[in-house]
Amino acid sequence: MPEPMGFFTDTTVCIGCKACEVACKEWNQLPSTDGGANTLSGHSYDNTRQLDGIHWRHVKFVEQFAADREGGRWLMMSDVCKHCVQAGCLEVCPTGAIIRTEFDTVVIQSNVCNGCRDCIAACPFGVIGTNPVSGTAQKCTLCYDRMQVGLTPACAKACPTESIKFGPIASLRRTARARVERLQGQGRTRAYLYGDDETILGGLNSFYLLEDRPEVYGLPAAPKLPSRNLVPGSLWSGLGALLVGLVGLVSFRQRRMEENGATRGEGRRNV
Amino acid sequence: MSDTFFTAPPHWQWLVILYFFFGGLAGGSYLIAVLADFFGDASDRGLARLGYYVALPAVGIGGLLLIGDLTRPERFWHMLVMSERGWPILKYWSPMSVGSWGLLAFGGLAFLSFLGALAESGRAPAALSVLRHGPLARLIAGLGGLGAFFLAGYTGVLLAVTNRPVWSDTPLLGFLFLVSANSIAAAALILLGRWQGVGSSSMARLARMDRWLIVLELLALIAFVLSLGPVARVWVSAWGVLLLGVVLAGLVAPLALHWRPDLLGSLTAPAAAVLVVVGGFMLRVVIVLAAEAV
Ligand code: SF4
Repeated sequence: MPEPMGFFTDTTVCIGCKACEVACKEWNQLPSTDGGANTLSGHSYDNTRQLDGIHWRHVKFVEQFAADREGGRWLMMSDVCKHCVQAGCLEVCPTGAIIRTEFDTVVIQSNVCNGCRDCIAACPFGVIGTNPVSGTAQKCTLCYDRMQVGLTPACAKACPTESIKFGPIASLRRTARARVERLQGQGRTRAYLYGDDETILGGLNSFYLLEDRPEVYGLPAAPKLPSRNLVPGSLWSGLGALLVGLVGLVSFRQRRMEENGATRGEGRRNV
Repeated sequence: MSDTFFTAPPHWQWLVILYFFFGGLAGGSYLIAVLADFFGDASDRGLARLGYYVALPAVGIGGLLLIGDLTRPERFWHMLVMSERGWPILKYWSPMSVGSWGLLAFGGLAFLSFLGALAESGRAPAALSVLRHGPLARLIAGLGGLGAFFLAGYTGVLLAVTNRPVWSDTPLLGFLFLVSANSIAAAALILLGRWQGVGSSSMARLARMDRWLIVLELLALIAFVLSLGPVARVWVSAWGVLLLGVVLAGLVAPLALHWRPDLLGSLTAPAAAVLVVVGGFMLRVVIVLAAEAV
């Protein structure tokens, strides 16, 4: 069994060149436009806008400017499926199309998916979308096909600043922690890792070095599994069933009782 | 900000909303039929038959809507059978998976009960009345009743077992949908029962049941909104106005009509029933689309 593999994305060295996006689209043969439509965000240089069925890498531009434009900063982050160790998408998939691979990554088998879209609603990060070409739910596969023959995923290969690092999770974590220490030593005290340990969904096999709160990068602070609602939701429904059954029972029983009462009354009148 | 706001919408729209409605109607009608069979007397058998007559087409339409909503409808059977191995697949922790099986099982039982009802009214071979009288019929109705509860409520749990705002921010959607499904069904049977000549005593009990269900639904809806906590601010929008409309026109108004049966003369009962049915549909519209729009 191969080691768990993944990405470590160091956002501090991302320059927003989008080479990863292009390499991903090329290798995975994803359409460059959505059915011929080029959608512009209209308020940002970020026209990829989101991860979805035809965008498996998305370089987020977090543009923070003062109202008077005096000061400002750009945070860049190449976003991708987190290949969660506890994956919400995999949990809900009814067809078995979503699988965990021997590399501990999460892959949607396009030939199995029937497009119910439950995984789209289940992913805590909004990663998945429908690819209009295949009509199935799609997302990053961590280049499963390349990994099987020992190649680096296309995005990591193309990244010119090594913001995207690919490798065995254990060694990526060591690299990442050393990098945080170095940054801290340089006075960049806000640097920290997101998803490098079990606290977030059992660990994210694609984890990040960030310099601001997760929400600033469009990441949930404490993502959860959809199944957290399964037992409470079912129990409440069970209680609902009990109450509805009771209402029905009383409504129909009462009728019997009333009828018995009426018959007795008639009997008395007859006497 | 709730962590659910960082997710993407699945684009479950009109077909899914209609499925939620017809699934609820099917489950509710079947359940009322079973209640009438088990707890009512001989004069309620007409009402029970009507319930079974409604349940089968409603669940059939629901299934077709669900298949139509898939982006690869020809692969609908992948829900039940692993396409690559040929084995059945059931993930008890995935409401979508359990729901597919539940829908199939309930559909089968609803079909048997439907045949039984036809036989009882002389529209199908008399041999089939074993599906309507005796131990087999009771077994079918018992199992079908459980399936009906499931079908009426699981759609709410399905929405909850995601990471979307509103849906997954409360455990109460299954409860709310279950109660609402039964009030929709009671109202629909009141409307159809007048037309089909169901006995007046059955109709009165049906109305009594619907009255209590509306009260219960009102409480469930209030509890639902409160349980959202800070996420409840999504209702400060056009969706909130629609939700308020559902409460006033779909619950409060019919309740008032139930309380004052002479308000609109002979139209009072049907007017209340129409409001409940439309309100139940709109409830699903608002809950599904409000989360899509966030
Ligand atoms: S990030 Fe979303 S799509 Fe990727 S594995 Fe986690 S739950 Fe699944």
